[in-house]
Formats: sequence, C-alpha cells, structure tokens
Amino acid sequence: MTDAVSARERILARVRAAVANAPEAAAVARDYRTSHTADDPAAVLGLLHENLADYRAHVHRTAPDGLAALVAERLAERGARSVAVPPGLPDAWLAATDAVRRPDEPRLSPYALDGIDAVVTGCALAIAETGTIVLDGGPGQGRRALTLVPDLHVCVVLAPEQVVASVPLALPRLDPGRPLTWISGPSATSDIELDRVEGVHGPRTLEVILVTGG
Amino acid sequence: MGMPSFPEAAREAVGDTTLRANLRHATHTIRDKRARAVAELDDWAALREAGKRIKDDTLRHLDTYLVRLEAAVTAAGGTVHWAADAAEANRIVTALVRATGETEVVKVKSMATQEIGLNEHLEAEGIAAYETDLAELIVQLGEDRPSHILVPAIHRNRAEIRDIFAEKMGSWGRPAPDGLSDTPAELAEAARLHLREKFLRAKVGISGANFMVAETGTLVVVESEGNGRMCLTLPETLISVVGIEKVVPSWRDLEVFLQTLPRSSTAERMNPYTSMWTGTTDEDGPSAFHLVLLDNGRTDALADEVGRQALRCIRCSACLNVCPVYERAGGHAYGSVYPGPIGAILTPQLRGTSSEIDASLPYASSLCGACYEVCPVAIDIPEVLVHLRERVAEEGGKGHRLEKAAIKAASWVLDRPNTLAAVERLASATRKVHPKRLPGPGARQWSDHRDLPELPAEPFRDWWRKNRP
Repeated sequence: MTDAVSARERILARVRAAVANAPEAAAVARDYRTSHTADDPAAVLGLLHENLADYRAHVHRTAPDGLAALVAERLAERGARSVAVPPGLPDAWLAATDAVRRPDEPRLSPYALDGIDAVVTGCALAIAETGTIVLDGGPGQGRRALTLVPDLHVCVVLAPEQVVASVPLALPRLDPGRPLTWISGPSATSDIELDRVEGVHGPRTLEVILVTGG
Repeated sequence: MGMPSFPEAAREAVGDTTLRANLRHATHTIRDKRARAVAELDDWAALREAGKRIKDDTLRHLDTYLVRLEAAVTAAGGTVHWAADAAEANRIVTALVRATGETEVVKVKSMATQEIGLNEHLEAEGIAAYETDLAELIVQLGEDRPSHILVPAIHRNRAEIRDIFAEKMGSWGRPAPDGLSDTPAELAEAARLHLREKFLRAKVGISGANFMVAETGTLVVVESEGNGRMCLTLPETLISVVGIEKVVPSWRDLEVFLQTLPRSSTAERMNPYTSMWTGTTDEDGPSAFHLVLLDNGRTDALADEVGRQALRCIRCSACLNVCPVYERAGGHAYGSVYPGPIGAILTPQLRGTSSEIDASLPYASSLCGACYEVCPVAIDIPEVLVHLRERVAEEGGKGHRLEKAAIKAASWVLDRPNTLAAVERLASATRKVHPKRLPGPGARQWSDHRDLPELPAEPFRDWWRKNRP
C-alpha cells in the first residue's frame, strides 16, 4: 500500500501548490428561493399530483379507509399476481388484494425478484415542485433492489405529512446515512434522438397513491 | 495521440449530411426544452451564482474537502483509493476486480472511466466490462466512440440504432427480438431484455458519481433509465471512479445542484432516478464499496488561475446543445471524451497542448458566448478559450506564427495613437477601391461565404471630434 499512500500525498501536495496563491472564494450567498410554491398544503399536494402525472406516473387519491381497495384495484388492473412485501409494510394496505405476497424476509435473490410482478411500498417523503418520491429504506419501503427489479411499483404517500414543496425543504428531512432513492416518474431514457421514452430498466409503471385526510 | 486536428476532423464531419441532420434535430429539440425548464424557476440566476460559488470554494480548499470526504467514506464502511493518473486508476480497479475472482463487470455511464480508458484496459486484462446506459450500449455494440457527454450516441438516429441492435446484440448476449422496429420504445425494450440477464448475475459494478459530499461521505448518481440503480444496488462489490473536483462541501449544497443539473441536462424538473449512498449499508446493496479518487491532470487545471473554473463543470452538456460549432462538427471532431465547448477548455488543460488535436481545440469556437450563458455554474468558456489560445500561441506551434505576427503588428499600431489615426483615415479615404473578397488561401475561403463589412466614411474618432457637444 506504499504506492497508494504516496499517490494520496502526491495529489494533496499538488492541490495545495495549485491553490496556494489563489484568492479566497466569494462567500456562498443562498439568496435563491427555499420554495417556489405558496405555503398551502392543498396547493402543494395539487402540484405534486400534477408533476407526477406530467412524468407519466399514474396518480390516485383516497381517504385512509379506501386505501386497501385502491391498492388491490391497481394491482389487479395491471395484472399483477404476485407482490413483493417490504418489512414493516402495514398489513392493512394489502388486506384487499388476492395477489400472492412475497415477503423480503429472508432476502429475495435478484432472480426471485425478477419473477415477481409488483412491489407495494410507502416512502420517506415526496417533493411537489419536481414530482419526486424519496425512499430511504425505512419501514414499509424495503431495501433498494425491492423497488427496482419488479416491473410495477405502487407507492403510497401520506399527505400532507410526507409532502414538501421543494428540494431545499426536502434535504434537511432526509438522513444521508441511509441509502436514498429519488424517483421522478417511471424509468425513462432520452438517448434516442434526445426524445424522452418511458420504460427501460427500472419499473415501467409507477402508480402513486396520495392518501389524504388521515 | 494520432488524432487529426479539430479543423481536419470537423471538415469531414460537416460533409456527413446524416450526421449533421441527426445533430441538428437532437440539439434543437433539447435546446427549447431546456429554456422552458429553466424559465420555471424565477431564481435561476441566484441558483447559478450559488452553484458557481460553492464550486469555487470547493476548489480553493480542495485538499481539506478531499481529506474530509475520505474520513467520512471510511467511517461509513467504504475504502478510499487515490490515483494520480489514468494508469494508476486502471491498475487499482483491475486489482479490485481480480480480488473478487470475477471476470465481468457491469458499468453505469461514467465520464471518468471513459477518460482513463478503463474498458479497454480491463479487456486487455481479461475482464469484460458491459456498458448499461442505453447510449453507451449503442456505442459499445457499434464499436463506436461517444460524441456527447449526456447522450454518447447522439450522432446515431433510430434507424441506425435498430441496425446495430439487430446485428450486434447476439454476439454480446441475448439477441434483439425478431422483427425489431426503429420506434424508440421498441429499441428501449430490446435493451431492457438484453441487459437484464447481465444485471441479475452481476457481482461487480463500476460507476462514476455526479457529486460526493465531503461532510457526510455521500455519493450521488443522477440517471434516467434505472441501469444506474441496477449497477449500484445488485452487485456485491461497487467500485466508483470519481474525479477529485466532484466533491461538494456540504449536504445542503445538493439543494442547488439537484435543481440546476436536471434542468440543464435533460431539461427535466428532475431526472427519473437519483441514487445516494454513504459507504455500505447492512442488508441493502453492495457489501464492499471502493472509491477511487482520480487526479489525471485536474491539479494542472487547478493551478491555472483562469483555466481552473473549468473544474466547476457538473457535466450537464447544456453548452454542447447550444453550440453552433458542436452542432455542425459533432462530438468526434474534438478527439476526446469531453466534446463541445467544455471539452475545448477541459481537454487541453487535462492533457496539455503538445499534440495537434489538443492545440487546435481552443480554436474550435466562434466565441459567440452561448455556452457561457447556459452554463449552470457560470464557467466563462470564451474567457478560458482566449486564455488557452494565448498559451498555445506562446508555445509557438505550427500555424500560429502568422497569427502571432498579425497580433504583433496590430499591437504596434494600437500602441501609437497617431499612426492608428493615420491608418484609419487612409482606410476611409480608399473605400471605393476596397475589394469585396480577401486575397490569400485562408482569407479568401473565409470571405467566399461572407461579405466584408463596409468601412464608414470617416473614422469614429474624427467624427467624435467634430460632433461632440
């Protein structure tokens, strides 16, 4: 490892020599907006709905007592006969579906996950201005592979408590120590003639259920 | 490097009408979309200024932030390696792959690994590296070179992509479906099927990163397709090769770049997937994480007080999409993995200007300034281009002697106001006999397509003397 140590010292020495006479950088002024949206939960939720849909997520709303039926309906509509279940997902959410439950305990192999039609999860939070859902591996979300390999992701967002307006409002609520996945619509690519096409490697269908009035 | 100089390569590219049509279509599509996505944020100027200053602070104290990053990554279960140049980085990665006993790796698009020629190196060492980004796959299967930072296969249209998939997929793994059409959705589906088997069996993933947060040790990869998530999540070992300038000081700094990067690159409010990870996590994702910090010429750029601003670059590629020169010449003419305006200032700084191609890059621009205007971290690309031209001229390479002589004559006249006035008056008085075209081989070509500006009847300074109040 002597080589590695010397590379480290060499690079750091070169950096120090390169900036030795450089002027101090101007202080960072954070005079950009914390949010671009009025501080009104209904407006923020409306914006989230609109932006998720704009990037081809399918968005639904329900009161808490309609959640189980809506989850069952979305799975049935997409022909999902099996569903991966992250640890900590409330039993009630899957109470109405007859899809086969595939708990991730013990961990399902990538091949096993590839054979499962859908996954149902909660989330850590959602960002209205960008139409983004953030998963942090907490209860009811599971490890990252779980929401990646199955082709249908049904994600439940509890409003208003899990919804923030903007990226600057989202970051302080997230723990960088946890693996984070930010999801804005289904998998997509712009690689063919810079034109956006939905559906490449991640789930090709993203169903988002906004639960209100909880 | 045996690369032809930019003018030579560009001449050939400009003659390729398919290439020109592909580039024009793609760059114009994204240009308008970007403008709309940026217009949604009325504080864009403030975000741009903040991004610039965060990066300037990072660069000014790069040693501090790198050491902080190393400590945070290590504390979170990762291992940090340092590579002074491409050869060292390739050696480190090869040894890490060897140690796993595997002979294939899956890769998520990374400019740094392209820069160091990692795939070629691994291949020579008997390790197969599979590119998984759709455009990278097109480039790899077509045995082609990338021509755009964001969309390496931008020079290919859908019909060409269909042909490459139909012909080549079979020899790399699962063949393309029979009767594959050229609709983008079907092409994306073919890539999904072809790569899925590779993702599921992969034991080693290799990535770059868009950002590394010094404060927390968090790496960030921004992508669209989900191939990044596959490479970052499914393998047991993850190796990330990242340029030292990709560090940002604090977690909070991401609030700026996660707003400016997606809108500048794919013209989206947010890209479909962003992955953030800090070291390793029990029961979730790779159990071993290696970060290879790459210098490879970056400290040379850092030492140049004008040129160092190029290291602010967050690789959005907005400058490529608005550049009139890139639009016509295409990415290959730049002879580097970093094409377009940013490439014209980055490549000569990373590699030096001793080769013909690298010495010609600072001239691959009309200095129109569109690149500076769209840059989300306010890199004054024209300023750096002019600075690098000076450097090339100082070094006195071939083809720059005439320019030097002309500049010398001009500065002699400009330093002598009386002589200048006399020359101006002479020029005005002889207007009637001025040619419409310039003589001489280079100059005549230029004026073949342009009219020379007409000189005014009298020099401004004479007019001013007569007319000022």
